[in-house]
Amino acid sequence: MSSPLSGNEAVAYAMKQINPDVMGAFPITPSTEIPEYFAQYVANGEVDTEYVTVESEHSSMSVCIAAQAAGARAISATSSCGLALMYELLYVAASCRLPITLACVNRALSGPININHDYSDSMGARDSGWIQIYAENNQEAYDNFIMAMPVGEIPSVRLPVMTCMDGFITSHAVENIELLETDAVRRFIGEYRPENYLLKKENPLAVGPYDVSPYYMEHKVLEAEAMKAAKARILEVAAEFEKISGRHYGLFEEYKMEDAELVLVLIGSTAGTAKAAVDKLREDGVKAGLVKIRVFRPFPGEELARALAGTRAVAVMDKSEGFSANGGPLFAETRSALYDLKERPYTIDIVYGLGGRDIRVEDFEKIFSRLANIAQTGEIGPVYTHMGQRSKEETV
Amino acid sequence: MIYAKDINERTPWQDLTPGGEIYEAGTARAFNTGTWRTDTPVFHEEACKHCMLCIPFCPDSAIPVKDGKRLDFDYMHCKGCGICKEVCPFPAITMVAGGVAK
Amino acid sequence: MSNVYNLKREVEKPVRFTGGHRLCAGCGAGVVVAGVLRALDKEDRAVVVNATSCLEVSTFMYPYTAYMDSYIHSAFENSAATCAGVEAAYNALKRRGKVEGTVKFITFAGDGGTYDIGFQSLSGAMERGHDMVYVCYDNEAYMNTGIQRSSSTPRFARTTTTPIGSVQPGKKQNKKDLTEILVAHNIPYIAQTAPIGNFRDLHTKSHNAIYTEGPCFLNVLAPCPRGWDYPMARLAQIIQLAVDTCVWPLYEVEAGVWRLTYIPKKKLPVEDFLRPQGRFRHMFQKGNEWMIEEAQAYVDQKWERLLERTGA
Repeated sequence: MSSPLSGNEAVAYAMKQINPDVMGAFPITPSTEIPEYFAQYVANGEVDTEYVTVESEHSSMSVCIAAQAAGARAISATSSCGLALMYELLYVAASCRLPITLACVNRALSGPININHDYSDSMGARDSGWIQIYAENNQEAYDNFIMAMPVGEIPSVRLPVMTCMDGFITSHAVENIELLETDAVRRFIGEYRPENYLLKKENPLAVGPYDVSPYYMEHKVLEAEAMKAAKARILEVAAEFEKISGRHYGLFEEYKMEDAELVLVLIGSTAGTAKAAVDKLREDGVKAGLVKIRVFRPFPGEELARALAGTRAVAVMDKSEGFSANGGPLFAETRSALYDLKERPYTIDIVYGLGGRDIRVEDFEKIFSRLANIAQTGEIGPVYTHMGQRSKEETV
Repeated sequence: MIYAKDINERTPWQDLTPGGEIYEAGTARAFNTGTWRTDTPVFHEEACKHCMLCIPFCPDSAIPVKDGKRLDFDYMHCKGCGICKEVCPFPAITMVAGGVAK
Repeated sequence: MSNVYNLKREVEKPVRFTGGHRLCAGCGAGVVVAGVLRALDKEDRAVVVNATSCLEVSTFMYPYTAYMDSYIHSAFENSAATCAGVEAAYNALKRRGKVEGTVKFITFAGDGGTYDIGFQSLSGAMERGHDMVYVCYDNEAYMNTGIQRSSSTPRFARTTTTPIGSVQPGKKQNKKDLTEILVAHNIPYIAQTAPIGNFRDLHTKSHNAIYTEGPCFLNVLAPCPRGWDYPMARLAQIIQLAVDTCVWPLYEVEAGVWRLTYIPKKKLPVEDFLRPQGRFRHMFQKGNEWMIEEAQAYVDQKWERLLERTGA
């Protein structure tokens, strides 16, 4: 069935279909609508979730951690400063190996305060041990949320999953999307059956020890192995999902990459604009292509290197500043992934779109033109630049 | 299931519990804190009226009770703080210097 | 089972808090935790929630848990929200027929985790009305990090962040009255207690808190021999002095009704409580008599107000 839904409503609808045990709810723009929609489902008796309206995002993640440890399926939604307030608990959730599902509606992180889209919130949480799956549009936001639980809950993974969509651009824009039947969703995610949980009658469970040095590192290795195992699981779940939805998902999406020489690597809704630019350049005979990263954690390094092998110049588009003075987070991962290739493409990083700054098809044409120049001359120029800011100088 | 008794500082990561969970009750009982004592309480059963006032004051749950009787100290867990001696209304507990009851 | 308190019967129950934990010798927290958990009915299960604290690092050091019940520690500042999460899961799973029997939810946090960093989380959980008990074991400073002042530290006390110097007489501020702040939450049951005598007060209040529906709060004095600087064997005597000087009055507020549960036969001067403790030693130096006078005046004023409120 095809329905016109905003990204927030699509995710809220997925939550309703799942009917989780517990939701921690706290408002923050632009994810606020998710707990609002869900509150109405609760009020209407359409779900029987324990809906906990906490006093902060810190407490909503705390509630999720405890509820999941107790044996429940727990979810939440947040953005920006809300995610930042959860920071400590994100690590706790992952290290306690609790497969919570969080809808992150990406928004620029303060300060100064700004409510529009970039990835500075979730990129700040990239090393917290959460699986991160990014959506380009409303359909993907819906689909990713439904795939999250089967990915996170399997014993070989047992990690929390953050499904991300672009604030306002995706969360508030209405698109026609295909919804699954609720029965199909419930069959797909199944029952949550952890082996041990706080409320289990047969044996108690103790969670969250003081982990002294002789054990801490071993537990971190276990967690790291789980994150490695998540990659195969994400693909397995995507394959199952394709059977019920007809929609195909991988670790990333390749667009016109078969013979591409000049390539963009980016995340999220920007792909829509970038694809239009690729199409335009292809008409002009430019071998342009695009890789849209869907799964950022675990990072598909080997797979991405294979996809970019044979290309000549790559522009990595970072929609968050990392202040490393050496490029953004997506650039760091991508360039590192390319290192093992015998013949590497030239790579540059362009930080763009901060705090919701627009990017247009013409901007991508400029980037491709720069890539063409790099490919031709072998002169990279500045590796790490910003784009879209007013400047006294040319910015690309 | 992985049991606490099989976990020690030589256990490889593959054999530890994910997230540091423990699936059993009261595994701390296997840990000897009796070695911490610098003074040791001695129980004089003949002077004990089994009033039980010492029991709840023990921070280490190291005074067992059975069938209405207060039993001798659990020296594996007693840390020798001496609180029991101070709350005992009778001469049923004395403290001796050193970690061992003589 | 009779509701009349019987120490002999209570201490014969299987322990829920075991030996082998790493709390210091003579630690008041161990006594408090064992005492509160003893008030659980034998047949009931519990989930114990713990804020980061001395208690936490000592009682669940991998792989050694000192609890016979399920236990969760997550962070320092969120133990009330954590308890709320377990309770929410219980409600949901119970409704869906996935959990059996009665399970009670009991949180332990120190004064740092309660009066200070965990205050927002506590206030939120109490307001929302979760069926849980929050127990503050109050040792009047951040002991786990090495005796730093908290908002629970009493005026004039020496801590490592309120040292005694030529221009500073220890902590400058009075202790925050957290129990009264909890009363203002209009929750079903609030009590201030301490382990004294035959433990009737602590036990009865713990039982009330555990078995009263809705959010309940216990503030329990738990002396720390290291931080307070007294001989560890004197725990019971120190607590008795706190109570008999009215520094730590024992009372409860049930459905809005205040009740004193202990009135000292003879109200002792506050210096009797201060003198045995190294953290107040400077108050007894020549020229510092005003400190004892002001401490006494503060205790008297609080006590008078409590007498009025309780109608005692």
